[in-house]
Amino acid sequence: MRTPRALRPLAESLATVALGLVAGGVLVWAFGHSPLAAYRALAVGAFGTREDLLETLAFATPLMLTALTFAVGVRAGLFNIGAEGQMYLGAVGATFVAGMVPMPAGVHLAAATVAGMLAGAVWALTPAVLKAWRGAHEVISTIMCNWIALHLSMYLAIHFLAEPGRAERTVPALPTARYPVLSEESTLTAVLFVAVGFALVVYAYLWGTRAGYELRLAGENPEAARYAGVRPERVVVLSFVLGGLAAGLAGASQVIGRPPAWSLYATLGNVVTLGFDGIGVALVGRNHPVGGILAALLFGALAQGGRLMEYEVGVLSELVRALNGIIVFAMAVPELWGMLRRRLAR
Amino acid sequence: MRWKAVVTWTFALGAVALGARFLERVGLPPVSLLETGLLAMTPLALAAVGECLNQKAGLVNIGLEAIFMVTATVGVWFAEVGRSGTVGLLAGAATGALLGLGFGAVSVYGKADQIIAGMGLNVFALGFVPFLLISLWAFPGIHVFPNELMVPRIRTPLGQVSPVTLAAVVVALAAHLLLHRTVLGFRIRAVGEKPEAVDVAGLRVDRLRLLTATVGGALAGLGGAFLPLGWFGALVKEISAGRGFIALACVVFAGLEPLLALGAALLFGLADGFASAVAVTPGVKERVPFYFVSMIPYVVTLAVVAAVIGRRRFPSTVGRPYARE
Repeated sequence: MRTPRALRPLAESLATVALGLVAGGVLVWAFGHSPLAAYRALAVGAFGTREDLLETLAFATPLMLTALTFAVGVRAGLFNIGAEGQMYLGAVGATFVAGMVPMPAGVHLAAATVAGMLAGAVWALTPAVLKAWRGAHEVISTIMCNWIALHLSMYLAIHFLAEPGRAERTVPALPTARYPVLSEESTLTAVLFVAVGFALVVYAYLWGTRAGYELRLAGENPEAARYAGVRPERVVVLSFVLGGLAAGLAGASQVIGRPPAWSLYATLGNVVTLGFDGIGVALVGRNHPVGGILAALLFGALAQGGRLMEYEVGVLSELVRALNGIIVFAMAVPELWGMLRRRLAR
Repeated sequence: MRWKAVVTWTFALGAVALGARFLERVGLPPVSLLETGLLAMTPLALAAVGECLNQKAGLVNIGLEAIFMVTATVGVWFAEVGRSGTVGLLAGAATGALLGLGFGAVSVYGKADQIIAGMGLNVFALGFVPFLLISLWAFPGIHVFPNELMVPRIRTPLGQVSPVTLAAVVVALAAHLLLHRTVLGFRIRAVGEKPEAVDVAGLRVDRLRLLTATVGGALAGLGGAFLPLGWFGALVKEISAGRGFIALACVVFAGLEPLLALGAALLFGLADGFASAVAVTPGVKERVPFYFVSMIPYVVTLAVVAAVIGRRRFPSTVGRPYARE
């Protein structure tokens, strides 16, 4: 069992995902379904046809962004689990500009996208400020902000953005503020390129600029960063704002970049849990923007395949989320594969 | 220092009394507010006291929310099978103990990043609980169970109180005495501050931490099963609604002292009770949008966390695995 050093993280991530799949299979079996049938349906659902593959990409789009939120946090030594709430606000911001503020084509799409991103970033400021200047633990403050965001977004969706006569959703994005659909047989739109592009920009920023270097230094070695004159408050705010922009874009992508609704459901049904899903994606992607893109493809496949699994085998697609949790749990053990390797080497 | 505490408490009590007057004037009965407040306090207090023990020994379990969600569901199922709410509470505590033990084992033997392991539990519960609801009752929405499965409440002259609430108060007292008056408590505190010393003294660091993780899980599990069986009378997948994290805020607020955690739980419980009362009181509910009322517990938690933290001291090894040199 010798893997080249460079490939080791990749191998370990894949092995952890496999472990999660096995554990999920045990769950499926324990509740009286056939794990093989379930996973067969999942694979067919995700990769069976060209349409399924495109749909997998559509599911991967928001995940690579919420993964980015978590990853940028970890890189700065923070545990930002506020992507969920930042994403709700991003969706609300994008819905407002896309649905209620008419603008010329081209400008409108960009404005709606930016509005979503900014709304996410603004929502990330509260936990950022509380962390930087009050030392409030970001796990608690981001979760509280998530719940406040949930109620605030539902309120805004119902009272200010509702489509007249249709209580279940907001006004749809005007045609000028919709990302072009890439293929009529799927819900994939060009927002995928924006998501990938943003992840790459963040990658370039973190690894190519002084501020990015300081952020990573503060995460890896806070002592050294302090001696080097890095201001910790700046790092905290920068990390939260970058994360908020990504999460906001994720929320926006589900409104102005996802047919057929082109709007936000009043229950936030088309965005909820995408933020939490990003945590597992980020960890499997080793908290790296590019790793996150690859991991998102995998989790996107699970999400898309889960729909067929639910339809054909009767295993609720929510199982995919339980599986995600098991993967996160296993990823927490840094020594898991190291221990195993030593056992095997003996 | 003493007189400062006296002044603080006088002000606090005065504020409470004024608040009660005000509530009566706007039409919110303070007694029912207190009743709901105590109900809301119970799961928070149980989980927070358990987490205090846990963190004193050096483990941080942020998976309390997951334990709440899973044990609420498992508790209701066992209550229906055993035809008794008490059976459900015990099953909840046992399930919580198992989850706590699993978390402890991964943290102690796997030297896991505890924050990530805890979040893994939370994400797992987010998917597992709907899956469980469908598997057990073939319906993903609200599950209402027969009323006789509710844990009966004790009537007092001031209103009803759940025996679990009393148990939570006793547990907080017992945890305080355990930590500060017994040898075991001393060892628990030592294992959080200086695990090397405990190890050199010939005691098992791993077993002490597994013990607190299991007890902490059991208490959170009791609290989780209490949510449907002692309070709401029904089960939904979002039943805990962030309460696991509010319990964490109690722990931080209390600086790991069980009695202070009980107090914090009462404070957050009252905020929760206030929100529930506002949501149903005629004359008030029409004027305040429901969505803003629902935010109250979270805003209060955020405010308290922002106001308090930074001045608390935590055990030196909290959140870090112990490895022999």
